[in-house]
Amino acid sequence: MTSSAVPGVVAVVLVTAATLGIGVWALRFSRTTSDFMVASRTVGPRLNASAIGGEYLSAASFLGIAGLVLVNGTEMFWYPVGWTAGYLVLLVLVAAPLRRSGAYTLSDFAEARLGSTRVRSLCTLIVVLIGWLYLLPQFQGAGITLQSTLGAPRWAGEVVVPVIVLLNVLAGGMRSITFVQAFQYWLKLTALLLPLMVLLLVWVGDGAPHPVDVVGSGQQPELWALPLAGSDAQGVYLTYSLIVATFLGTMGLPHVVVRFYTNPDGRAARRTTLAVLGLLGLFYLLPPVYGALGRIYADALVASGRSDVLVLELPRLMVPGLLGEVLTALVTAGAFAAFLSTSSGLAIAVAGVLGQDVTGRAFGRRLSGVAAFRAGCVVAVLVPCLLALSTPSVGVARAVGLAFAVAASTFCPLIVLGIWWRGLTARGALAGLVVGGAGSGIAVLWTLTTEPGTGWGSTLLEQPAAWSVPAAFLTMVVVSRATRSRVPADVHRFMVRLHTPEQVQLDRG
Amino acid sequence: MSEQPPPRVRVTGPSRRPTRRTARPRRSQIDEETRLGEIYLRSLLREQLRLAGLALLVLAVGLGGLPLLFWLVPDLAATRVAGLPLAWLLIGVAAYPFLVGVGWWYVRAAERNEDDFTDLVETVDRP
Repeated sequence: MTSSAVPGVVAVVLVTAATLGIGVWALRFSRTTSDFMVASRTVGPRLNASAIGGEYLSAASFLGIAGLVLVNGTEMFWYPVGWTAGYLVLLVLVAAPLRRSGAYTLSDFAEARLGSTRVRSLCTLIVVLIGWLYLLPQFQGAGITLQSTLGAPRWAGEVVVPVIVLLNVLAGGMRSITFVQAFQYWLKLTALLLPLMVLLLVWVGDGAPHPVDVVGSGQQPELWALPLAGSDAQGVYLTYSLIVATFLGTMGLPHVVVRFYTNPDGRAARRTTLAVLGLLGLFYLLPPVYGALGRIYADALVASGRSDVLVLELPRLMVPGLLGEVLTALVTAGAFAAFLSTSSGLAIAVAGVLGQDVTGRAFGRRLSGVAAFRAGCVVAVLVPCLLALSTPSVGVARAVGLAFAVAASTFCPLIVLGIWWRGLTARGALAGLVVGGAGSGIAVLWTLTTEPGTGWGSTLLEQPAAWSVPAAFLTMVVVSRATRSRVPADVHRFMVRLHTPEQVQLDRG
Repeated sequence: MSEQPPPRVRVTGPSRRPTRRTARPRRSQIDEETRLGEIYLRSLLREQLRLAGLALLVLAVGLGGLPLLFWLVPDLAATRVAGLPLAWLLIGVAAYPFLVGVGWWYVRAAERNEDDFTDLVETVDRP
């Protein structure tokens, strides 16, 4: 380790200490199972919105977007826009009814709506798979971050982050995580905004050319600033399929959905979501600017295939000396916060369903609520940690994009039809989940294990959402119509619960 | 969601029933799952779904139309406004206030729908 790594080490240690410190401080409030899982539903919209923002802005947002923009240009703006627009779709279709359903996990929602334990089990399986697919790039991102800034071997970050996440979640559960994640949103925003202001001053002072006019070495350099210019129908398909996956996938992400149960009521859930839209929009203005500046100062990263570390390297490349090291330390701190917060949220969500559905019944006897949650948490973190150590690095933002595609193809149809259509049956839901899950799952496996091709077949598998989401919706509707005699008898009561404001005194079942 | 034509029933306000002794708010119709209660609930669902559909339509046209527009008219994307290409300004900057604006409008309208529903079903029909 060289002396230039010292500020980076200090930053990582400080973020870790602050995370664990806030977690321990908030532990005073965590006593019951309900505290651990949903913070006893007492978190106000402002705190909750910061926590959701802190949880949602993962390594893909903090590091991945800037790298993608550097290499592929303005077409990649659809990643951050889609990740924000997903919350608008969630707001208008899902937020208040999902909170009012009173369920904690997606599995709970499915069982309460359809009264089927088979649907519940399938939902649990999909939640766990999406959670692992999402955790894998977080841990690998931690690996390349410590490698880039501290010169540590890649496995170091891939082990350190899971361990800290486990310590934090095991100690405090959801209640303490809410405070930690709210803190981490503002840390991430600061860690990206302050260095960027300095870098923009340096860029103006240099009299350097406009990023748009630089001939970089990324794909189609001359077309960098023009989305879809010169692409064929496949390029248009990829963009629209990405839009479908991100717009509709957000509502099906396990760690996002769990957050909605911490709102006191349906209206608070809506207002929280609106605040989240504002916080995300503020943050997502920044990463593309890093990508643009990278075209001038960090073009070599494209050729070496290390574009994911652009945000971490740019301060050092543009500002020499101590100031550059301090700014690097700041973005390292932000990146570390990103891994910790998203991983913690995912660990809680996956541990929640594992604790309820799997470990709760293991070992011959039922574990108590908190013990089952903790056992689930270990499994939730250990598996993707081992995967990260044993597989080559996948592009951070693209891997997360695939998790969105799976969520959009499975849980989006289930939640939207479950909330707005009384005709949904358990068999229809099962068939739709299988079709959407298998279609998008095969596409994800293919994309992660093979080199991208150029034909239509390869394009369709690279971004499956545009065909797998309609297929899942269609299957659910057709099979539900064919089994319409099996519509749950209590659907009226459930609709009352989902859609009527809490202040009206009604029998909600 | 049954497909049989609904049985013919007379839809009248509860206030006209001479047998009712105590005045009760209309919401009791929903709990009793009467035809009238069903109409109250469906009216709320229809209003909220219509509102959601409208918001999604604005989103689909406002943002979803951009890739197609830039693909069909590349010159438009290249137009510089204040030194930045129009594509950057629209997708990279203006998209976010647009999303917050649509969300703000939706939240207000959805809460108004709920308030109207509350007023409707809390009304006590006196005999």
